[in-house]
Amino acid sequence: MKPGNADPADASLPEGVDEALALELYRQMVFLRIFDERALVYHRHGRIGTWAISWGHEAIQVGAMLALKASDWAFPSYRENKLGLVRGMSPAHVLAGCRGHPQGWWDPHQWRLGAISIPVASHVPHAAGFAWGERLQGRDTVALSFFGDGATSQGEFHEGANMAGVMNAPLILLCTNNQWAISTPVHRQTRARTLADKAAGYGMLGVRVDGNDVLAVYQAVSQAAARARAGEGPTFIECLIYRAQAHAFPDDPSAYRDDTEAEQARREECVGRYANLLMRRGLLTEELAARYREEFLAKMADAIAEAEALPIPGPELAFAHAYERKTPALERDLSELQRIQAKQGTR
Amino acid sequence: MSTMLFAEALTSALREEMERNPKLILLGEDIGRSGGVFRITVGLQARFGAERVVDTPVAEAGIVGSAVGLCLSGLQPVCELQFDAFSYPALNQILTHVSRYRWRTQGKAPMPMVIRIPCGGGVRAPELHSDSPEAYFCHTPGLTVVSPSTPADAKGLLTSALRSPDPVVFFEPKKLYRHLRGEVPDGEHLVPFGKVRTAREGSDVTLIAWGAMMEIALAAAEALATEGVSSHVCDVRTLSPLDEEGLLQAARVTGRVVIIQESPRNCSVASELAALLAEHAMYDLKAPIKRVSGFDVPHPYYSIEHHQRPDCARVVDAVHRILEA
Ligand SMILES: Cc1ncc(C[n+]2csc(CCOP(=O)(O)OP(=O)(O)O)c2C)c(N)n1
Repeated sequence: MKPGNADPADASLPEGVDEALALELYRQMVFLRIFDERALVYHRHGRIGTWAISWGHEAIQVGAMLALKASDWAFPSYRENKLGLVRGMSPAHVLAGCRGHPQGWWDPHQWRLGAISIPVASHVPHAAGFAWGERLQGRDTVALSFFGDGATSQGEFHEGANMAGVMNAPLILLCTNNQWAISTPVHRQTRARTLADKAAGYGMLGVRVDGNDVLAVYQAVSQAAARARAGEGPTFIECLIYRAQAHAFPDDPSAYRDDTEAEQARREECVGRYANLLMRRGLLTEELAARYREEFLAKMADAIAEAEALPIPGPELAFAHAYERKTPALERDLSELQRIQAKQGTR
Repeated sequence: MSTMLFAEALTSALREEMERNPKLILLGEDIGRSGGVFRITVGLQARFGAERVVDTPVAEAGIVGSAVGLCLSGLQPVCELQFDAFSYPALNQILTHVSRYRWRTQGKAPMPMVIRIPCGGGVRAPELHSDSPEAYFCHTPGLTVVSPSTPADAKGLLTSALRSPDPVVFFEPKKLYRHLRGEVPDGEHLVPFGKVRTAREGSDVTLIAWGAMMEIALAAAEALATEGVSSHVCDVRTLSPLDEEGLLQAARVTGRVVIIQESPRNCSVASELAALLAEHAMYDLKAPIKRVSGFDVPHPYYSIEHHQRPDCARVVDAVHRILEA
């Protein structure tokens, strides 16, 4: 049996979670869920590119983000591609990124959100350094880095975790153990009994929570953040779930696994489970749940229209930001390219 | 001859060499049951077992570093790195150990391994899935760096790599995997390293390219032909060490050279080629050498990546300029 609020009949709210927050957690989870569902449809229409789906990961992403203060920072991987929504970013902004549109990238300082990290685990040291730097400058900011089970196999995960331990950085290492790294099951990543066991090697606390339980995730992250702010250093949190969908679209899991486990995981998914809990407590009704869905579906329809209406920029943008000021060679290259494109009438 | 996709040619080289040489062992992320993200190793685990076609943890330094040890133990590892930019976590191992073990052991401990890397853009991929990192490897002594541009070469060069006593970094242009089909000789087929290929004969201008850019070079040659300009098109194939003689000859055929590469220009393979020709064929050249390359910016978001990848128009323009010179 998994730790956390595993018994759905136990409908109590943990300390620090009032009814408004309980409902907000739900709303945000529904938003992420609907985003994923729509993004998948847009992907199938060819309206967005590769889609790294995180259907079923909502309790982890929302529970963790809402447990942070607005001034805290998160460092996402590709799997947390829509985390900005929880911070108030518009869905059109996120969809622009999915369309390979430069508008889809963001100012990390505006959203307190690192750039999406594509190389697995490469952002773990960034989060460690950020947390360390904030502490050096006397701020009580906490950094949280998201990564998967596969990421714990990377040297950069180890170096970042170790550095954070040594520097006593206010860092939360949040591992989404969804059991799979593309086609590779977690037992091919590690011989450790649990991933949380790794924390001991870095001299930090390691905890395991049920990643389908938003309240358990919220609580674990809140406690880790409080410890970090109190100067007690980093925490490793292993959130256990199962990747019920493909790794990304396109990817065909039937090439490497039998669907029965995934089917089971889809039945246990976090949004429905949390809705039941809230309904039993009288905080949510079918009507309200339906209203949220409608609201977010409408938002998504507007958002894709908005993202598709964004004009595709010319090459200037690619040249604009490689250096603060374009080098003479880049100036020359750009004007050459513009001359050729003008001649061709192509762009 | 049989007709195959570029990807199938690679698979057949791996399969046939694994049959022939029991010391070959494949390692990489997702290469087993799923056959790799590009399905190049598809069916090989079923055929050769999970001890020879090994799904590894997500750990490129671990894959290549353990391949060093596998070589020392007498095996011949073939590492698959999932995408171009994911070779970067392995760079330390490749540069500090793979490339120089033979040298530092006075030839006693060579590193007969192959590191396969899907490379390049044009497939609407996310960030860091479209890099062309060959220059990092070419800059490092001790490595052989190869990139095929046709199914026949994919098979023939990979077979040579699998038989090479030295470490080979093998760049597979991912745009070609399922896009390019061509004839491949039946039976054993080897293409030797260090020999350029003449892809088209011509007399006015020499276009030099490799990998996915061969398609652009040949398209430009077609376009130029309609204007009456005859192009000699040379496929570099082995990026390091270079076929210096072959390249000089190709340049001398016309005396006018355009080098086309997808990667950024600064300190790149095209830079090395241009320097080589300038040093040794200066007096046979009728015009300055031109490079058409990616710009010195990160490979852009895919909605604007077409500006970064050289296209026919840019090559034709470069040819016009040196014909005027
Ligand atoms: C350094 C690096 N190597 C390989 C890849 C290709 N890749 C993308 S996702 C992935 C699996 C990662 O699994 P995990 O860390 O468990 O995260 P999940 O995808 O399950 O969220 C791999 C190997 C990559 N992005 N970065």
